[in-house]
Amino acid sequence: MSETLSAGSPTGGSTPLMRYAALGTSLLATLFGLLWALNAADTGMAIHGWIFTLASALSLGYLAMNLNPTKANPFEEVDQGYNFSVVRFGAVASVFWGVVGFLVGLVIALQLAAPALNFDWPFTNFGRLRPLHTSAVIFAFGGNVLLCTSFYTVQRTCRTRLAGNLAPWFVFWGYQLFIVLAATGYVLGISQGKEYAEPEWYVDLWLTVVWVVYLLVFLGTLMKRKEPHIYVGNWFFLAFIVTVAMLHLVNNMTIPLSLTSSSSVIVWAGVQDAMVQWWYGHNAVGFFLTAGFLGIMYYFVPKRAGRPVYSYRLSIIHFWSLIFLYIWAGPHHLHYTALPDWAQTLGMVFSVMLWMPSWGGMINGLMTLSGAWDKLRTDPVIRMLVVSVAFYGMSTFEGPVMSIKAVNSLSHYTDWTIGHVHSGALGWVGFVSFGALYCLVPWVWGRERLYSIKMVSWHFWIATIGIVLYICSMWVAGIMQGLMWRTYNSLGFLEYSFAETVAAMNPYYWIRALGGLLFVIGSLIMAYNIYKTIRGDLREEDLPTGQIAAA
Amino acid sequence: MSDKPKIDEISGVETTGHSWDGIEELNTPLPKWWVWTFVVSVIWSLGYVILMPAWPFPGANGWEYTKGLLGYSQRVKVTDQIAANEAALNVYRDQIAAQPIEAVQNNDELFQVALASGKSLFGDNCAPCHGSGAQGALGFPNLNDDDWLWGGTLEDIQVTISHGIRWDDDDETRINDMPAFIKDEILTPEEGSAVVEFVLQISDQNHDAAKAAAGATVFADQCAMCHGEGGEGMTMMGAPDLTDAIWLYGGDRDTIMESITNGRRGQMPAWSGRLTEGDIKELAIYVHSLGGGE
Repeated sequence: MSETLSAGSPTGGSTPLMRYAALGTSLLATLFGLLWALNAADTGMAIHGWIFTLASALSLGYLAMNLNPTKANPFEEVDQGYNFSVVRFGAVASVFWGVVGFLVGLVIALQLAAPALNFDWPFTNFGRLRPLHTSAVIFAFGGNVLLCTSFYTVQRTCRTRLAGNLAPWFVFWGYQLFIVLAATGYVLGISQGKEYAEPEWYVDLWLTVVWVVYLLVFLGTLMKRKEPHIYVGNWFFLAFIVTVAMLHLVNNMTIPLSLTSSSSVIVWAGVQDAMVQWWYGHNAVGFFLTAGFLGIMYYFVPKRAGRPVYSYRLSIIHFWSLIFLYIWAGPHHLHYTALPDWAQTLGMVFSVMLWMPSWGGMINGLMTLSGAWDKLRTDPVIRMLVVSVAFYGMSTFEGPVMSIKAVNSLSHYTDWTIGHVHSGALGWVGFVSFGALYCLVPWVWGRERLYSIKMVSWHFWIATIGIVLYICSMWVAGIMQGLMWRTYNSLGFLEYSFAETVAAMNPYYWIRALGGLLFVIGSLIMAYNIYKTIRGDLREEDLPTGQIAAA
Repeated sequence: MSDKPKIDEISGVETTGHSWDGIEELNTPLPKWWVWTFVVSVIWSLGYVILMPAWPFPGANGWEYTKGLLGYSQRVKVTDQIAANEAALNVYRDQIAAQPIEAVQNNDELFQVALASGKSLFGDNCAPCHGSGAQGALGFPNLNDDDWLWGGTLEDIQVTISHGIRWDDDDETRINDMPAFIKDEILTPEEGSAVVEFVLQISDQNHDAAKAAAGATVFADQCAMCHGEGGEGMTMMGAPDLTDAIWLYGGDRDTIMESITNGRRGQMPAWSGRLTEGDIKELAIYVHSLGGGE
């Protein structure tokens, strides 16, 4: 792969033709952005037009200055012909968006405990910050983690350089642009009002372009692999990319009010819209937050533990059963609504059948540790990965339980759901991401080890206590809320008013906010540790023997 | 890398022979408990879909679905439950609606229903302003005490709830007017400040006696017609008693000055269009029972 050795920069490995084509595209995009910004029908669209213009102009400027790349890749020895530069950018973006997303989460948790923190200002209103939080943690943090880990592992497990030279960079920067457009849109009040799919039609279109290129890069890399078989982690990544594309397209079928308006009308109506929304919403959990992160788990757990994957057969069976069953489970979000009985029944039974397929991933993750359990004591990164799998197991058991209609009649609309989501989001997605980043950063920067292993341990314990406070307070608050809602007196009147249930939850909201604060503190420790690792610093530490060094 | 399967030393299980970036896979069979739990969850699901409404299919008149052996229908069930509850309550509600409010209060059975229903109605409709325990808030009266702006008899309360206060859409709404004395230059700031001292005096608070004496004259001229000569208030006018320690907006010097300067314009919606007459009777009985009813 000597021809790509100097390929550290975006334009490094590309052909001159491609560079000029990219330059031309950036120029067109800049002009298009200008046209759009100047003709916008509303302020939000104008601001987004200018952001798009700025992004395209930056791309244009960068490409113009790097048409004839001569600079050598400073990480040549680490990269060995692989494209790890984009992975390094992705890792930094992951940490950055993670901290931002967790902080916004803390802010809205505090707003729920103390509503005065909304500041009576539209831009800081809970209604706008809540989607900012969910999108920042799922799509900005989670999405960047998935981008950089999938780009890393697909290269390593296929023993080939990432397909395309400019394309992976377009995916990375295009995705960041999507994040900025989505986030600024929420704060400005631009939203199509669909949970986890709030960005408006033009941002959706942009993401579609980025996502198709992502799929092509991933598929292209798989196709030129030098291994005879495709590794299980890559099945999961591929399932995640393909399914998310489908979900995104169907759920965002909107007709813009005009081509220069930031508003649109959804083509689905009534309960069908609700069903499409939760088919999307639940599979965002299933394919973005589960399949994608199982792809991470399947690489980083065996790699870090230095043990073979527990069961190849289980990986096949649980992959296909998970993929097949997950896609039907969405109706459980609409129990006891206008959704027809038959759809509720099917949503529920598919969720129950999903329990074991989900646990297949947990078994494979945990049992891969057999023969290496001692590393839990010495390596806090492994501890983080293992606990993430444990949280995965817990929330994928809780999920089917909550999908059972009798349970759902109590849990639905309560904070129990919020607790459930966060045991998956903080425990599983968060910890598996942290674990992967702690592995990845020393590897792709060519460091001997992390700056500090002790800080990982601190991060682990502080964040774990935070998660426990979070989910326990939400269990108590949610179940109490559900019980208060359904308490009748002997004459058939509701015992509690809605306002009383809200007041009763206040102490638990404070506990939840405290849990969130601990999680944020943990992430700041990680950010510092990773920053120092990237700088190449090593903290003098008395490490236990058997400590894992960089691979 | 593809290689021949080998035996993993630690587990004693054969690998598949594949290796990706050093990651190998064991060929461990599926855990038995996993398989069986999966099978049981599938069988349970099959049973459930046989019993409950489940599979959609195209019928003669559009889409239909298998109804399930139990014949369950969420809509029928909830409609039945609501109807049963309503029927049980309507026995009482009809009587409450038909009888005068005092008669309802004097009938033990109806009184209990009215209290329970009133409490529930209060929580959903009144608590946002008056508080869950009717304890009031700044600008929203406490309904537990015997200090009433518009009267605390059953009938007074019923009228207040029905027509609201300063509610434009209701012709019979209660209207009072606390003018913006200083802002509208009815009083000079000095006169205003003198009245404040007088009000502090009659409410037994620290005051400037000389100014209060001057304020007494102003009070008699400007305030007494609504608040009464001694400031004891007048429910006819919706004018609060200024001699007690109960204050709607606050009884300190600055707040009283603020009230005199800019006036007060509290508001309460008329509920007659939103709640039934029976509901309002029940609410009135509940509020009356809270401790201050006259």
